Amino acid sequence: MNAPLLWIGLPLVLSALFFLLPRERWITWLSTLTALTLAALAYWLPPGTAQRIGTLSLRIEPSFSLLGRQLTLDAGDQTLLLLVYGMAAFWFFGTLAAGGARQVAGLGLAVIALLMASLAVRPFLYAALFIEVAVLVAIPLLAPPTPKQRAGPMRGLLRFLISQTFAMPFILLAGFLLSGVEAGPADVAQVVQAGILLLIGFAFLLAVFPLNTWIPLLAEEASPYALGFLLTMLNTFGLILALNFIDRFSWLRNSSQLPTVLQLVGIVTCVTAGVWAAFQRHLGRIAAYALIAETGVSLLAISLPDRQTGLQILFYLFLPRALALGVWTMSINILQATTGDLRFSAVQGLVRQYPAATAGVVFANLTLAGTPLLASFPVRQALWEHLAAQSLPLAFWFGIASLGLWLMAFRSLAVLTLDSSQTEWNSRESWPERILIGLGLLALFVLGLFPQLAQPLLHGFPAMFDFLGK
Amino acid sequence: MPGAFLWFIVFLLIVTSTGLLVSREWRWSIALLAGQYAAAFWLVEQHWPLTMAAAKLVTGWMAAAVLGMTQINVKSYPAVETSWPQGRTFRLFSAGLVLLAVFTVSPQMTGWLPGLELPNAAGALVLISLGLLHLGMTANALRVTLGLLTLLLGFETLYATVENSVLVAGLLSAVTLGLALTGSYLVTLTTAEDGA
Repeated sequence: MNAPLLWIGLPLVLSALFFLLPRERWITWLSTLTALTLAALAYWLPPGTAQRIGTLSLRIEPSFSLLGRQLTLDAGDQTLLLLVYGMAAFWFFGTLAAGGARQVAGLGLAVIALLMASLAVRPFLYAALFIEVAVLVAIPLLAPPTPKQRAGPMRGLLRFLISQTFAMPFILLAGFLLSGVEAGPADVAQVVQAGILLLIGFAFLLAVFPLNTWIPLLAEEASPYALGFLLTMLNTFGLILALNFIDRFSWLRNSSQLPTVLQLVGIVTCVTAGVWAAFQRHLGRIAAYALIAETGVSLLAISLPDRQTGLQILFYLFLPRALALGVWTMSINILQATTGDLRFSAVQGLVRQYPAATAGVVFANLTLAGTPLLASFPVRQALWEHLAAQSLPLAFWFGIASLGLWLMAFRSLAVLTLDSSQTEWNSRESWPERILIGLGLLALFVLGLFPQLAQPLLHGFPAMFDFLGK
Repeated sequence: MPGAFLWFIVFLLIVTSTGLLVSREWRWSIALLAGQYAAAFWLVEQHWPLTMAAAKLVTGWMAAAVLGMTQINVKSYPAVETSWPQGRTFRLFSAGLVLLAVFTVSPQMTGWLPGLELPNAAGALVLISLGLLHLGMTANALRVTLGLLTLLLGFETLYATVENSVLVAGLLSAVTLGLALTGSYLVTLTTAEDGA
């Protein structure tokens, strides 16, 4: 057996097969099962290590040769495989309630496989090409062919395509220039050029301020659940690719300017998203700004002087982020299916008919604002403490960003509960919707109360890198 | 290859990419795109084996064919953009300014990447900058696709001087074809919405 074929090739093939299935429910179940199986395989049979099962000795080969280059998934990637396919199973299963299984589960599996290929390709400088292919596959995911599932013109979608396509040339060229200065910055001018190209490339890829105007626009046009899934995955892989660059080049890793740049970009992205979220009147746009703020939070974590702690915070954040965004966008999707519109004027007073979805919107929002007892709180609190130890103004602005999201949660709650007609309480949600949102909310509280539960899953992440976190 | 021929190729690239910017007839746009790939082939062929460069040319033509076939089935083509600026004169004037900047910058560009000659640098920068200008002036799915393909072709011409991996060539071709297919899909969607 071969790891890239198993965790990249197989999902690609299955994705094409699932996409052709006649019933969406089949796609949900089969893709969830596939993602769970791949996660379980990553847990029991990590690539590159021999495992004894009874009298049998099994070893999954870590490398696969493709057109003269290598795709490699080794034991260090075990945690990532586990986390990504575990997260995928959660999102795919959510389509039982949110709908759109053909897009999210069918195409989503292909998107994940391609993003995984971006981390497996050696030399890793070619990763940007796989990410671009994944972005192209993701277009039908965001704009399904049925007009019923779409909500308006496609300005956001076009900007998404342009923005993500811009990232590729910058990262590829920067990669080439950097390969010339791998050991140390012999030519300062070349290093500066490469650094600028890299910065621009990742600014487009991670959609930091001010290159993120397409996210709120897209949140008005596309299915919130599909968008939440895609951006969670793109963000996770984009951040890991950025860490790969930092890990690979010693001068970049030891640069004194890098933390400053990351800190500045991170806090500006976080504050602008948090503050602008507070002025939105559209549930989809609020979730979009929360997601942008999360990118800023991740960059702030990477910028911490104590790199070990920074990486732990960054990786821990992946889990509550995926959970909260999953619950949030699933709830929004349910509301959108009823009203067809997510503006405050349209969703006013829906709590009496959609109590679970309302709880999902409010608690997921509060989670990403770092509210106590909820999943993000322990790790955001740790980040806040480290930022405060470094600079009080920085901690103050981080607080402002969180406050913006916090206010928005209460504003959403006020709108959803504001009902002058005094309609009877009568939940119109289906049982799968109630159960899935309920389980998601339970997970958010459990992770908030017992953050150590995620520790065994995340402690293997630093093994992905040769130098970072060691 | 004689320098004069390479400069003629650069001239062809200026004509095709400026033509794409001002053209209001989709047939001309598709023909100009195909011409653009044919011209870029000669620049790429200097650094890549003929077979690999030919693969890029064929991919480009396939992309043009995909967009053309989609457009045949679509009734409308936006002769006028919904947003400012709309005039041909304005577009020509902006293209002129951009080209002026390109020819000022290209000599410095040659020292940037090893093996990059002036005609290649100028040709690539023409495509990149006019592709960017195109993207900045439109919100139409077909035109966005044409702008992205132009931009990407410019980058590929530049990147070909430093990278000749088969995997990269294959993936870049996949991206070109993928962009054309995505563009066609978006054109079909927007047309269906307009008609609804």
